[in-house]
Amino acid sequence: MLRLVGLVLWKDLVVEWRTREIVSTMLFFAVIVMLIFSFAFLSEGRASGDAVAGILWTAIAFSGTLGLSRAADRERDGDALRALLLSPAPRAALYLGKTAGIVIFMLATELVVAALSTVLFGAALSAHAAELSGLLLLGTIGYAAIGGLFSLMLGRARSRDVLLAVVLYPIIVPVIIAGSKGTSSLLESIPDLAAARYWIKFLAVFDIVFVTLALWAFEPLIVERG
Amino acid sequence: MKKMFVLTLSLAALGLLVSPWLILRAPQESTMGLVQKIFYYHVPTAMVDFLTIYLCGIASVAFLVKRSPRADALAVASAELAVVFGACTLWTGSMWARKAWGVWWTWDVRLTTFALCEMVFIGYLLVRSYGGPGSRGLAAALALFGCADVPLIYVSVSIWRTMHPQTTVVPNLVKPMAVPFWVAVFTMLMLYLALLLARLLHERNRTRVDELYVAAAEAGLEE
Repeated sequence: MLRLVGLVLWKDLVVEWRTREIVSTMLFFAVIVMLIFSFAFLSEGRASGDAVAGILWTAIAFSGTLGLSRAADRERDGDALRALLLSPAPRAALYLGKTAGIVIFMLATELVVAALSTVLFGAALSAHAAELSGLLLLGTIGYAAIGGLFSLMLGRARSRDVLLAVVLYPIIVPVIIAGSKGTSSLLESIPDLAAARYWIKFLAVFDIVFVTLALWAFEPLIVERG
Repeated sequence: MKKMFVLTLSLAALGLLVSPWLILRAPQESTMGLVQKIFYYHVPTAMVDFLTIYLCGIASVAFLVKRSPRADALAVASAELAVVFGACTLWTGSMWARKAWGVWWTWDVRLTTFALCEMVFIGYLLVRSYGGPGSRGLAAALALFGCADVPLIYVSVSIWRTMHPQTTVVPNLVKPMAVPFWVAVFTMLMLYLALLLARLLHERNRTRVDELYVAAAEAGLEE
């Protein structure tokens, strides 16, 4: 099972390494979102901790949708998803492999976006790198677990890009709230580490619930779609 | 099903006649006065909204497991009513907020998360309309995930500060207030059941028409 997850993941990583399409477009979009928000929230060259956290997580959420759409498009081209489904691999392995790929692409983008936040907004994000990493990793897993499922299922819909945002954003709002609140508690003048750790636990619970549900739902959904 | 529809509709109509009278006769709450009477319809619509959200979730799971058209019809009817009762809850809550807090809307956690639940079920209907092949399953997954989001509302309320009155209000109501409240709950429940049955009857008739159309086409009766 783990080997098959690794194979699906490896396929996505190799395709991305050759094209560099998903990460580069996500990164470009995330930086543009940050710049646009900075016009609204910067005051005298600095932004408050709440604003930096909000900008960071909004950029992650918006650019993530772009990555999800493109990752699903790749499976639609040449009906690649059907070919994957025809293989004897367990469906759960396909889902986990695709989701792991999305998580890695998003984390690569987030690394650069977080570094840029430090430079552009003077945010002390590196001071509590362990807590920030926990928030970003768990938030990204929750986002990708739901987003990966929905983007694959919307493969044939005409207005799939619009519908992905429609179905994804209301569900992942707890991730964005937890991520931004946790990050902003790290950026306070006296960082509130207890609050950040609470939000990390909240995200862990969210991930467990939604990864379990997505794993269960993937099989019946993919059967209907296929 | 038709008999049940007539019965629930009659009981809902009776409740809608009686409950305003009972609410007017109920004692006024000391701090909020007349505005507090919104509570008698606001809370029952919220309760029925949660009921229909969970019914939609359960029907969606049944659809994903058994592919039953009945479960699908129940899920879509429940989702439509979740949007209707959610909108009623948000509207009555907004009127309360205007009088109690001086604003139509506040970013109170429960208000925000309730609005998000409403968005989930509007999303459900959009997916059903424009989702293309496989949209029934996708909408079912969305309903399932939406239901899993609901407990987060309560978790978040207990963790964050909130302006919203706490949920301990209902069990502690004095009897002259409890009677009109539970009559209003019963009324909303009957109204909900009547609307649900009407929607299910409509879905059943639509399926029959589709089957007749296919049968006519196969028999060469279609022009």
